[in-house]
Amino acid sequence: MEDVVILKGREQFVRQKGERHQTLPISCGAESVAGCVSQRACVYCGARVVLNPVADALHLVHGPIGCASYTWDIRGSLNSGKSLYREGFSTDMREKDIIFGGETKLAAALDELIPKYQPPVVFVYSTCVVGIIGDDLDAVCKTAAEKYGIPVLPVQSSGFVGTKSIGYQTACDVLFKLIEPPTTKLRLRRRPVINYLGDFNLAGEAWIVRSYLQKIGIDVNVVFTGDSRYEEIRRAANAELNIIQCAGSMFYLAQKLEEAYHIPFMQVSFLGVEDTSDSLRKIARFTNDPEIIRRTEEVIAAELRRVMPEITGYRTALSGKKAAVYVGGGFKAISLIRQFREIGMEVVMVGTQTGRREDYEIIGDIANDGTIILDDANPAELERFMLTQGADLLVGGVKERPLAYKLGIAFVDHNHDRKHPLAGFEGAVNFAHEVYTTICSPVWNAVKGGAVRGDL
Amino acid sequence: MPMGGIIALKGIEGAMVILHGSQGCSTYMRRHIAEHFDEPMDVGSSSLNEKGTIYGGSAQLKTAIDNIRKAYNPALIGVLTTCLAETTGEDVHRIVEEYCREREVPRSMFITAPTPGYGGSHGDGYWYTLRCVVEQLAQPPEQAAPHDGVNIIVPITFSPADVREMKRTLSSMDIPYTIFPDISETMDRPYGATYTKMSSGGTPVAALRNMGGAKATIEFGSPGDERKFPGKYLEEKFGVPYYRIASPIGLGQTDEFFALLKKITGKSMAHETAAERGRLMDAMIDGHKHAFAGRCTLFGDADLTYALAGFTTEIGMYPRVIASDSRNRHWKEAVAAITADIGEPVTIFSDTDFATVRCESETGGSNIAIGHSDGKYLEEHSGIPLVRLGFPIHDRIGGQRICSTLYAGTNRLLDTCVNTLLERKFSTYRKRMYDQYFPKI
Repeated sequence: MEDVVILKGREQFVRQKGERHQTLPISCGAESVAGCVSQRACVYCGARVVLNPVADALHLVHGPIGCASYTWDIRGSLNSGKSLYREGFSTDMREKDIIFGGETKLAAALDELIPKYQPPVVFVYSTCVVGIIGDDLDAVCKTAAEKYGIPVLPVQSSGFVGTKSIGYQTACDVLFKLIEPPTTKLRLRRRPVINYLGDFNLAGEAWIVRSYLQKIGIDVNVVFTGDSRYEEIRRAANAELNIIQCAGSMFYLAQKLEEAYHIPFMQVSFLGVEDTSDSLRKIARFTNDPEIIRRTEEVIAAELRRVMPEITGYRTALSGKKAAVYVGGGFKAISLIRQFREIGMEVVMVGTQTGRREDYEIIGDIANDGTIILDDANPAELERFMLTQGADLLVGGVKERPLAYKLGIAFVDHNHDRKHPLAGFEGAVNFAHEVYTTICSPVWNAVKGGAVRGDL
Repeated sequence: MPMGGIIALKGIEGAMVILHGSQGCSTYMRRHIAEHFDEPMDVGSSSLNEKGTIYGGSAQLKTAIDNIRKAYNPALIGVLTTCLAETTGEDVHRIVEEYCREREVPRSMFITAPTPGYGGSHGDGYWYTLRCVVEQLAQPPEQAAPHDGVNIIVPITFSPADVREMKRTLSSMDIPYTIFPDISETMDRPYGATYTKMSSGGTPVAALRNMGGAKATIEFGSPGDERKFPGKYLEEKFGVPYYRIASPIGLGQTDEFFALLKKITGKSMAHETAAERGRLMDAMIDGHKHAFAGRCTLFGDADLTYALAGFTTEIGMYPRVIASDSRNRHWKEAVAAITADIGEPVTIFSDTDFATVRCESETGGSNIAIGHSDGKYLEEHSGIPLVRLGFPIHDRIGGQRICSTLYAGTNRLLDTCVNTLLERKFSTYRKRMYDQYFPKI
């Protein structure tokens, strides 16, 4: 990997498993190097992605219109009831507001929106400029909360105060504020009740997981935050277990709930057949209920009977192909390494925008020798490593897709705006199907076969 | 503002862009642009953090420039600002000048443009950045040698396909031109055997330097505050005759463009173009009854809605609602003038939002809408079919390949509009007729 140009300051963020470099720990969680063309976003983005799926909330972005516009309904989070979260509200700050302060405009926006839409809760996001000019978000929100008798919560998410992970934490703090102490006596319940953290119900993924849990005899109290409602979030402390999928965004909330209300938590993953089965078993074991454990095995067996023939078919077609993975969080990267093995593929490059040290340790353990591991990579690094590692496919988000296609590499979109579920057993089939449709498309042969045709 | 600036700069040969601000701005804009054009969209960021925000971010911006030069080796670097940098008072002109002194590189390697998001829309940022480019690159009057070329300055809503069509047309007439910006290749690269980080194409810097010596400038766009437009600068500074006209969408507006070309160069349209003009007229007649049954909502950029107001009025698909983010009164007056004689009500909103557009489109009785993807709610919630045009198009592919200008492009747009109306008609008429006329005893 010495031949690859890596910018000064980026050396600590790139590793190759099995090389001497591996003895050094990969750096992560640090700020991006200026001018390195990071694929990361900002604090505001982190807070927005975590909170936005709260479906009946009014989400008001206090800032210039761009911040609201770039995040307006771009996610594939689905909902079953009210869909106020899909409206993009902004205070549309102008030069005048920057100079004289935006508090009046914010108060006016709340006065217009709350009576009109009657939301049970309002989230007011601050953006870079709000942090600079020092609008007192707390005071304006407090006044509105008192006036309308609903929680109006400031989300202090000025973009420049840190990385996207700080935004996750900010969002968790806001959610925590909504959660009330437990009320029901847990022992009186017939079925165990748990919270599901870190699923944003993209294309109905949280519904899929919820239905598995229901089948094995476990009820989900609230999902953070896919298809959630204010009332459900308030009652979150009434659960006896928190399961966390997207640890990058929700580990912090689980910790807070454990500290405050002694709710234990466990990390799970519903990406891939193996992870989904393991996670269901882990949850079942926690209940210590033989009936639940029995039913879990039944559900897993039935699902495997249903999906494995199709997945095996794809496996035959995909066997031996190589994948590169560049995603937001660590949990997804880890699951994807396993999931690619299920369909006969090897991961040769893996990176994340905001993976935690713990995630990189696991990645280092399970990755094959020679795998390139990257934190906060940029297009130049992605390009070089996809090519030197001979990747047939990239998993990433919208920004990475055109790069892969221009390099003649297949692509799977694992970002928030996907329109089909990739979680659970059906998600595993969808995933294998998507990998198949992109790697095995006849288009690649057609466009790369030009040499055979000679000079035209 | 900065997103418009990025697209403007991406139309210059060998140019790379850096945003002075927090990391998220650059990422969001890259995503927004990449999804429309389906092109790799590398934009640097000075990744301002808390420290840089409080104590000044010049060191971070300089590091960013260093790193971008190392990784991309661009011929030109555009440095744009964001809300954050402007609010803390970062002076990019000064920082870049300092950088040039320290690293001993020419100032002409940089374009600096303050583009705070709260200062205007992406359309405003686009025009402002074009103006900065011309101001900073065009040669002083004594050095700009007069030449036979015509400057063609296009708005942000010109797709790469529109730019290509314009170039093809001018070449067919043997008219030398400088088209600016030229995103025909940089934002719509052909697939090829090897990939390079910097794409080829774009307006050559040398051509930009010589814009002051051109025969005339034709700038497409809605009337607005002239002080902000690059063509106006060329007129004031170098005496280049300046014409700002509607984008060539529709028969009349395209005719106006060719008439202007003839006035400037003495040349007539090519034979093939004349045939395309004839075919457009044929298509207008073929579709006239269906088009006249359409009543439309036009929304989006000032330049596009202005041109579309002319086009839809011409084919009888009269606007019911015309809406733009533009805060400019010239736009509103111009659009009102175009639709003054249709004899039907039309509501014009400047500086508006989608809640208003949706509501007015429903009450006004629009049955078709033309605009970008954010208008999908018109379709989803109000049942008004949307013809996707402009920027951004995120929920369909090929936004970069839509050509809606000049005769052939107009023809395609006309067909799309009429077919959208027909599709709705054919898919609903059986049920409507049954519900309406089947005798109920």
